[in-house]
Amino acid sequence: MRIKILVRLKGQILEPQGKVIEQSLNSLGFTEFSNIRQGKLIELDLPDNVSEEEKAQKIDSACKKLLVNDIIEEYEVLG
Amino acid sequence: MSFKSAVITFPGSNCDRDALCYLKDLTKGEVHNIWHEETSLPKVDLVILPGGFSFGDYLRSGAMASKSKIIDEVVKHANDNRYLLGICNGFQILTEIGLLEGALIRNKKLKFLGKNCFIKKKFKNNFNLSIKDNQILQIPIAHNEGNFYCDIETLNLLKNNEQIAFEYCKDEFSNTEENINGSIEAIAGITNKKKNVLGMMPHPERAYSDFHQSQDGRLIIESLIS
Repeated sequence: MRIKILVRLKGQILEPQGKVIEQSLNSLGFTEFSNIRQGKLIELDLPDNVSEEEKAQKIDSACKKLLVNDIIEEYEVLG
Repeated sequence: MSFKSAVITFPGSNCDRDALCYLKDLTKGEVHNIWHEETSLPKVDLVILPGGFSFGDYLRSGAMASKSKIIDEVVKHANDNRYLLGICNGFQILTEIGLLEGALIRNKKLKFLGKNCFIKKKFKNNFNLSIKDNQILQIPIAHNEGNFYCDIETLNLLKNNEQIAFEYCKDEFSNTEENINGSIEAIAGITNKKKNVLGMMPHPERAYSDFHQSQDGRLIIESLIS
């Protein structure tokens, strides 16, 4: 099964890339776009026979150990 | 007794050689260069995690390096109350290991900053003993992610435990901003609670030789040796 993990900076943390993207989009005429923030998507494969419980536990552990720095980031497993 | 030290090299480190020369010239003692895949560390007084772009800064700056094989030994070294100094990427690695609080995020203005900056000491520790209060040091920075962040509770702890070692400042004749990269409270370097581990964004190993613009970086090693 394909796993998608969305990692983003916590809301209160300055995300300057999003600000620059917003300026560029605004200058291209997309003036209604605001509060742009850029995150990252990590995709990986897990064997299909892994149980839901084990899957959640493994993803959580991988995020805590390496994929996410919980001082500045939060994550969400998509789909 | 001679002062012994070591520099860890990760793939992508690019200030390891500068750090080795810095230690050789200033300590006059034994200096080891250790590859990140080693599993043992000689008994030394000081270990430096050098600057650079370890593992290409993939995922997050310092994230991969913080899981290298040598890190267990580096943590043991620090737990033995011996000195550990992380410079630039080394500082990022120390926060990723969890030996230092907080994290280093993108510079506020999204610019890679490669220039001289000015810092002064905030609270006294063994790394800045030879530096006078209000003495302004000129030391280069070279980073994209040097904007120190922590939450307010952590900031209060850092202040109460006097863990803030250096802060950015403005020199009388400089046109640099007072807080060059947007760090909380202009923090340029912090220690752990025991004050034997220091992480700092400025590069003292680029400010010690006669051919450097400034020799203020000497004061860190001089403090440790004194």
